[in-house]
Amino acid sequence: MNDRIKKAYESRPKDWIWHLVIAVIVIGLLIWSLGAMETSGSTKNGGKMALSILNGIVHPDTELLFNLSKEGVLYLLLETICIAFMGTVVGAIFSIPLAFLSANNLSPKPIAFIGRILIMIIRTVPAFVYGLMFIRVTGPGPFAGLMTMSVTSIGMVSKMYIEAIEDLDTKILESLDAMGCSTWQKILYGILPQLMPNFASTAIYRFDINLRDATVLGLVGAGGIGAPLIFAMNAYRWNEAGSILIGLVVLVLIVEWISTKIRVKLTRG
Amino acid sequence: MSIYDKIFPPKRYTLDNGKEVQQKRSRAPIYVIVILIMSIVSIKVTGFDPKVLATRGNQFFVILNRMFPPEPSYFGSIVTPILDTIKMSLLGSAIGSLLCIPFAMLASTNVCKNRVIVAVMRLMFSIVRTLPTLVSALIATFIFGLGTIAGTTAIAIFSFSYIGKIMYEEIETVDMGAFEAMEAMGFTKGQAFIHAIVPQVMPAFLSNSLYNFEGNVRYAAVLGYVGAGGIGLILNEQLGWREYPNVGMILLVLFVTVFIIESVSRWARKKLV
Repeated sequence: MNDRIKKAYESRPKDWIWHLVIAVIVIGLLIWSLGAMETSGSTKNGGKMALSILNGIVHPDTELLFNLSKEGVLYLLLETICIAFMGTVVGAIFSIPLAFLSANNLSPKPIAFIGRILIMIIRTVPAFVYGLMFIRVTGPGPFAGLMTMSVTSIGMVSKMYIEAIEDLDTKILESLDAMGCSTWQKILYGILPQLMPNFASTAIYRFDINLRDATVLGLVGAGGIGAPLIFAMNAYRWNEAGSILIGLVVLVLIVEWISTKIRVKLTRG
Repeated sequence: MSIYDKIFPPKRYTLDNGKEVQQKRSRAPIYVIVILIMSIVSIKVTGFDPKVLATRGNQFFVILNRMFPPEPSYFGSIVTPILDTIKMSLLGSAIGSLLCIPFAMLASTNVCKNRVIVAVMRLMFSIVRTLPTLVSALIATFIFGLGTIAGTTAIAIFSFSYIGKIMYEEIETVDMGAFEAMEAMGFTKGQAFIHAIVPQVMPAFLSNSLYNFEGNVRYAAVLGYVGAGGIGLILNEQLGWREYPNVGMILLVLFVTVFIIESVSRWARKKLV
C-alpha cells in the first residue's frame, strides 16, 4: 500500500519549473509596479485627517440625513435610484439589438466581430467622458446622468445577453417549426421564454452596480448623490459626507438584498 | 396558495380522460405594473425626455467627432501615465486579493464555526463593497496626498471586498473531507487550511484575481479625476482644455491597453480552469 502511494507521488506531473517561471514573472511585475508609487507629500497630516474622517462618519449630520426637502439625503437617494433605474432600462433596451447582432449563432461572422469590437470600445471610455458628452445634449442634471448610466451599462449587459443568446436551445424552434408555427409564434413561445429570465436577471444585477457607481456622475454635474458628497468631502465637512455615505451604503445594501432574492427566484424558475 | 391566486383563480382544464388540471394565472401583470410605476416616477424625477434626445442627439457626437483623428504626437506624454495606471491596478489588485484571504477564511461557515465572527466579517465585506471606489480614492488622497499611492489604496480596498466575497462563497462549496481528515491527523486549523482547502480554491482565486485586475485597469482611468494618479489625470486635464484630439489619443491608447490585458488574462484564465 505504501509503495503505491509513493509511486503515485513520484509520478505526479513535475511542473515546478513552469510554476517558478510564473512566480518570477508575477513578483517581477509587482516590483516593477512599486516603482510608480509616489505621492505629492502632505502625508504628515494623514493620521489626523483619517481620524477626523472617521469622526465625521461616526457622527453623521442627522438633520441632513432625515431632511425631506430637495437638498436632503432622502431626496438625493431617490434621485440616484431613479437615475440608476431608468439608466438600466434604457441601457438594456440599447443592448438587445446590439447583442443579437453580435451573437455568433445568429448573425454572420464579420458583423458579429464588428459588434463585439464596438461593445469593447463603448466599455473602455470612462463614465465621466460620456457625462460631458451628454451634458451637451441634455444640459447638466439627472437626465444627463441617466443617459451616461445607460451607455456605461451597455458594455456588460450586452456581453451577458450575447452569452444568453448563444446558449439558446434551437431544437425547440425546430419542433415549433414542425408544428407549423409562424415566425412571431416562434419568437413568442420559443425564444422569449428562454431569454426573459436571463435578461431580467442581468438587468437587475446591473441596476445594483449602477446604483453603486452613480457617485461618479456627480463629478461632471450629471445629477445624483455624487456631487453633494464630493463637495462635502472637498470642503472637509465630514459630518455631511458621513450622513450621505451612510444613506448610500444602507440603500445599496437593501437593494442588493432584494435583487439577490429576485435573481435567485428567476434562475430557479 | 398566495393572495394573487385567490384574486385571480387558476384556469381549469378538463383533459380527455376526465382529469382536471390547473394553470396558474401569469404573474406578468404585477411585474409590468411595478416596472411601469417605477419608470413613471423615474421619468418624473430625472426629467427624461425622448424628444430632447431626438432633436439634440446629434450634439452627443460633436465632441466625439473632434476626437477624430486622434493626435499621434501626443502619444509620448501618455506612456508614463498609462504605465502608472497599469502599475496601480496591478499592485492594488495583488494587495487586495492577498489581504482578503484570512478574512474570507473567517467569513466562511465551514472553516469558522463561530456564527458571530462569520456575520461580522460578512457585514464588513458588504459595507466595504458598497463604498464607492471614487469615495475611497478621495479619502485616500486626503490621507496619502495626491498621487498613485492613493489610487493604489482605493483599488486595493475594492479588490479586497470583491475577491473576499467571491472567495468565501468559493471556500464554502469546498469538499471538507480532506480538511477533517487532516485535523484528525493532528494538523492545526491553519495547516489543514493550507493543505486541504487552498489547492481546491486556488484556480478560482487566481482566475478571479486576474479578472479583477482586468476590470481595475479600466476603472483606474476614472480615479485620476480625483487626483489619484494615472491616465485619468491627463484625461481630465485634456478634457478641461478641450484638446479633443489628445483625448481621442488617450482613449485609443487606453482601449489598446485594455484589449491586450484582457486577451492575455483571458488566455491565462482558460489555462487555469
